[in-house]
Amino acid sequence: MLTNDTIKQQLIEKFGDQVQQFQEPYGMLTFEAPKDLNLKVLQFLYDDETLAFRFLTDLQAVHYPDNKGRELAVVYHLHNLTANVRIRFKVFTEIEKPDVYSATALFSGANWMERETYDFYGINFIGHPNLKRILNVDEMDYYPMRKEFPLEEQTRVDKDDDMFGR
Amino acid sequence: MSDHHIKLPEGSIEKQTTTLNLGPTHPATHGVFQNILELDGERIISAEQTVGYIHRAFEKIAEHRPLYQITPLTDRLNYCSAPINNMGWHLTCEKLLGVKTPKRVDYLRIIIMELARISDHLICNSIVGVDTGAYTGFLYVMQYRELIYEIYEEVCGSRLTTNIGRIGGFERNFTNTAFEKLEKFLNEYPKVLKEFENLFTRNRIFMERTIGVGPIGAERALNYGFTGPNLRAAGVDYDVRVHSPYSSYEDFEFEIPVGSTGDCYDRYLVRNGEMWQSLRIIEQAYRKVKEFKGKEAEIFHADVPEYYLPEKKDVYTKMEALIWHFKIVMGEVDIPPGEIYFSVEGGNGELGYYLITDGGRTPYRLHFRRPCFIYYQAYEELTKGSMLSDAIITMSSLNLIAGEMDA
Repeated sequence: MLTNDTIKQQLIEKFGDQVQQFQEPYGMLTFEAPKDLNLKVLQFLYDDETLAFRFLTDLQAVHYPDNKGRELAVVYHLHNLTANVRIRFKVFTEIEKPDVYSATALFSGANWMERETYDFYGINFIGHPNLKRILNVDEMDYYPMRKEFPLEEQTRVDKDDDMFGR
Repeated sequence: MSDHHIKLPEGSIEKQTTTLNLGPTHPATHGVFQNILELDGERIISAEQTVGYIHRAFEKIAEHRPLYQITPLTDRLNYCSAPINNMGWHLTCEKLLGVKTPKRVDYLRIIIMELARISDHLICNSIVGVDTGAYTGFLYVMQYRELIYEIYEEVCGSRLTTNIGRIGGFERNFTNTAFEKLEKFLNEYPKVLKEFENLFTRNRIFMERTIGVGPIGAERALNYGFTGPNLRAAGVDYDVRVHSPYSSYEDFEFEIPVGSTGDCYDRYLVRNGEMWQSLRIIEQAYRKVKEFKGKEAEIFHADVPEYYLPEKKDVYTKMEALIWHFKIVMGEVDIPPGEIYFSVEGGNGELGYYLITDGGRTPYRLHFRRPCFIYYQAYEELTKGSMLSDAIITMSSLNLIAGEMDA
């Protein structure tokens, strides 16, 4: 029986205090590791016979502009299909040098997910075979999902509303 | 090349490969896709997909909208089965807010979701038929998709981009007409589906065009993150409805059809099998809904005043109701902080919502796990070495929906 506690124990046994911030929001085990370790953790979760997290459900990034030094988070959602357990794994990186190792060697499906993450957050996946924009135009020179990028053009005046503001 | 062949001059056409732009608006692609194919004769050497032609920045827009205003965005993901997307979003919000929906609401939702699944698979399978040269099936089933759309219309007022339901349930109870139309559908559709199968399943031309075309093994499919009918066609019985039941799916008897080779024919068979199972589920759900009598038969939403507009007569006469009306419409309801991943079995596979809230009025981050986007990257592997005409069938049998891919 694979429970959140056993997963947590095995991770701590293997990686010591490098894996930390264990939480269980709405029942899903969530933890983080240093970004240099992301492939080691993913590989361990993949290879271990009891853990066997071999299905990458989703990969995306989140931008926390106020977290100095760890502004960008890359979030992996992994699924063990036989035991039907999901976990969430995060690595944080600074925004000036957003380099994270690519998981494409482990999961073919990570290819486009990482391209999408690069496209919107500018995370540089080291080792990705074809890291270029996927949904936006190639000429774009900013990363639109970052929080500092406004939804609408700020110079517009036709939508100003004294009562409710824009 | 051996010596007895005529020596061709350097750079002549026979020695070269051809680059073909398939799309972005080719009629056979059924959507805005571009494929740059490298062809040797008619065999595909490599394919490079370009996506993003209808990217609308839903994730960015969602960061600026209250929860209920995000539902119309989800419509436009997989627009062939919009109600599943809507329900998935409502269920995500309900899980975040800790709302418990009444059983009747769950069953009504299941009816709508399974109808949506049928209309989704119906389109996909009949389009595969069109691409193999059989137009009749497509035209024939279209009137039953129409009937499904009439049921949506009766429930929520719209047909394609439905915006159906609310956080907590439905906007109003199902009318009698809606149930009558559902009964009509349940009576007539099995015959039609049988006939549709007669047209295709053992049709020699159809079989020869689809068997062994665009195959993928279970191992590769899982590695690529396949879900839904395309994964099940490869022989993996993963279905979100069974693995992590939502909206009371655990109360229903149904099977998961699986294939073995993961080719176009298996994908077709799995989708057809799923339509029969969906019919079974709808019949059971309708029977369960009919068991609610009297006051219970009038329940169509959970008690979530923050997300339900008060009665209009109260809004006109009572201060409190007026304030709530204003707050809800302007999206001034605070969302509790949390981090949540929730998924439903969409028409194409696991449709996931990753939602982070920080206590404001809008999500801090919302990510849609779009099954189409994830499995389309396997297209090159699926079509490599096959004929151009097979690539077209592979594309339609994957059920690629541009709206879902580009979000």
